[in-house]
Amino acid sequence: MVENKKYSNKYNFAFIDESTKKEIRRKLLKAVAIPGHQVPYSSPEMPISRGWGTGGLHITLSIIGKADIFKIIDQGSDASVNACNLREFVNAMTGCETTFDTAQATLVQTRHRITEEELNEKQIIVFQVPLPEPLRMVERYEYKTLQMHAEADYSKMWVSLYESYVRYGAIMQGAGYPVMVNGRYIMSPSPIPRWDTPNLHQAKTLYLFGAGREKRLYAVPPYTDVEPLEFEDVNFEIEDFADSACYKTGFKKAFLDELYADDASRKYVISDSNFLDKVAEKQETHQYTNKYIDQLEEYDLERG
Amino acid sequence: MTWREDNWLLRVRNLTKIYGDPGENTLALTGPAFNSNQCPETDSIVACADINFDLYPGEVLGIVGESGSGKSTVVKMLYFDLEKTGGAAWLKPYHDGSINILNESNQRKRYIRNNLMGMVYQNPRDGLNFGFSSGGNIAEKLIMAGNMHVGNIRGRAYELLEKTEVPVQRMDDRPSTFSGGMQQRVQISKAIANNPPLLFLDEVTTGLDVSVQAKVLDLIRELQNILGIAMIVVSHDLSVIRMLTDRTIVMKNGRIVENGLTDQILQDPQHEYSQLLVSSLL
Amino acid sequence: MNILEVNDLSKLFNLHILNEKRIEALKQINFTMKEGEIIGLTGKSGSGKSSLMKCIYRTYLATSGEIIYLSRSGPVDMVQADDHQVIDLRKSEITYCSQFLSVIPRVSAVDVVCENLFRIEKDKNKAREKARTMLEMLGLPVELWDAFPVTFSGGEQQRINVARAIIAKPRFLLIDEPTASLDVKTKDVVIDLILELKKNGTSVLCISHDEYTLDRLVDRRLHLQMGEINAIAVESN
Repeated sequence: MVENKKYSNKYNFAFIDESTKKEIRRKLLKAVAIPGHQVPYSSPEMPISRGWGTGGLHITLSIIGKADIFKIIDQGSDASVNACNLREFVNAMTGCETTFDTAQATLVQTRHRITEEELNEKQIIVFQVPLPEPLRMVERYEYKTLQMHAEADYSKMWVSLYESYVRYGAIMQGAGYPVMVNGRYIMSPSPIPRWDTPNLHQAKTLYLFGAGREKRLYAVPPYTDVEPLEFEDVNFEIEDFADSACYKTGFKKAFLDELYADDASRKYVISDSNFLDKVAEKQETHQYTNKYIDQLEEYDLERG
Repeated sequence: MTWREDNWLLRVRNLTKIYGDPGENTLALTGPAFNSNQCPETDSIVACADINFDLYPGEVLGIVGESGSGKSTVVKMLYFDLEKTGGAAWLKPYHDGSINILNESNQRKRYIRNNLMGMVYQNPRDGLNFGFSSGGNIAEKLIMAGNMHVGNIRGRAYELLEKTEVPVQRMDDRPSTFSGGMQQRVQISKAIANNPPLLFLDEVTTGLDVSVQAKVLDLIRELQNILGIAMIVVSHDLSVIRMLTDRTIVMKNGRIVENGLTDQILQDPQHEYSQLLVSSLL
Repeated sequence: MNILEVNDLSKLFNLHILNEKRIEALKQINFTMKEGEIIGLTGKSGSGKSSLMKCIYRTYLATSGEIIYLSRSGPVDMVQADDHQVIDLRKSEITYCSQFLSVIPRVSAVDVVCENLFRIEKDKNKAREKARTMLEMLGLPVELWDAFPVTFSGGEQQRINVARAIIAKPRFLLIDEPTASLDVKTKDVVIDLILELKKNGTSVLCISHDEYTLDRLVDRRLHLQMGEINAIAVESN
């Protein structure tokens, strides 16, 4: 039910026409049925440019219902320009309630971060993905990467990780660390920081990924194994914020953004803006837990 | 250890490769008797046909012939670089030699290629990935065989580079920074990384300087002595064949014209073409 | 036991590139050889001695006839035998020492000698030690041991050739002119080494022009003339 009469005569609910929505939903079903596998889709034209979140938008608009409560974040922030832009667009096209509160939202669209607070079975999170193909950095030909995925021939990927380790002493992938989904496909989880990567593993919520420019959809259904690629003796590590804390709240156990002041001094602040607000107002939060964060706690206890 | 007829390593029967659409008479109208690979009726090209041979463990087989003889085609088909037109091949270590490896799925072919075969190409760019370090190239084979421990991988790469006399401190350098002879040696160490029972060498010394050639040949001989790998050596150069092989197959226009012990082919060639080749040896 | 039985062996060369020229090298050769015997093949150049030896070693394909060799696993007709079986026999039992050393580039004298030894002696250092001992016995100067034989004199190359053939103690030795280009002292060393092999059960077929060698070494002589056996003389040794 749309208030603005000017729109109501020209646009379908959620902007995309029903046949296209049907196509996208069917592709999403296929993606969910084959976790980690990239499914090509129509990627229809939108009134925003490619490279500005069309993939995530396609998914959101295809699955959103009138009763949904919609939240959108950009690198953790609800208030960034693009997040606001897209929020207003979705609101105008659907009339849905929007919120900043992670616990309240039913549908979350995100760019390059997972929320700090854990999402449950009743929620869905949609990722905007720039480059869906994790093997692109080792193989430039599409027909070859297709074959590599089909035959599960990922040796080139492993060798590039080995080379990175040998050259720099560590696997240098900072964001978008490649993961093995359901023991079968290597997937790029979009450029989320390492901090977020373990939260894909055996999660309660449904993760959907859309790359509009590349025209690919993929998904990680709930309770699926998602393992970051590591060697037996060179293990995956998350960022270490041991020496820093959020300057507003003093909180350590969350992903922190670095801020530079004019005098080149550095401050850290919690990246997820909604989580930051909740911690600052001492509200109850329900954060993700995983073995890597647990290790940090032990580490903190050791250091006192 | 007594020799047994059924102790073969590789058995190849009726291996054939034809480009284009062959007709009924294509095979009958091509070959050494016609001095041509091309069928006059259908214009299809018979790269090789009716190739039959056996290879026993530890043996070195040479395939010699001039351009167009089809010698490289045979090896490329056995290494799955080319799709066969007809024929079969069996490898003893693979399901006890009961399955035709040329009909296997891509995944199984990849398994056979990685674990049971090694290949050294004439051009190092075909066998090595120049985007990775030389150690990384060897790591690729080890990882494909299931070795996921970086320490072990590097240890094995070190061992292999030492064996092929590549300076080990260059393990993390890209092959583009190496000389031609050293690139070949990195290729050889990559090929033997998983201790395959069978090694293919396709014109590996052609184009190298004589001194470099000697070094590479000597290395191959030594590896053969120590590791006892069975090899198929393709060359147009009879002196390379003489140095390395126990048996030889002579090919012309895609067919085998003669096969036998290498010293017999060189000293008592029976077929006219073999006699011509041998008499042309400088 | 007869280690070798040659029955009606004939060898004809058909040279296609010389307009189908035919050369008869051997005509109906018949002889037997007992295990542990040393037989000397004599005759003028071109009489067929090398051809006979090469037929036995399978370098030449006999045109007709049989060559029954008594291997450790039973009698084998070398004329009809499978290539693979011949390779196996050459690796384990039969050694052929040609008249001239076939030079392999970049392999030192010591390594040339112990090449065949690697089959039995897996330890490279021990193998090299044995090779050095043999070269010393044969009088090859020490400074040449790690040099490459390609530049050696005929006599020096001959010493390496013989050392290589003898060191692995084959069961059946075919040796072509073992003492040519050698001085008397080294001749004796070579002859003694071969006699030593004989004591251990090796059978030897040897081509030689040298009376001294034939006199000291062989039990019987086979004289070839124009591809046929002319006389079989028995020595009293």
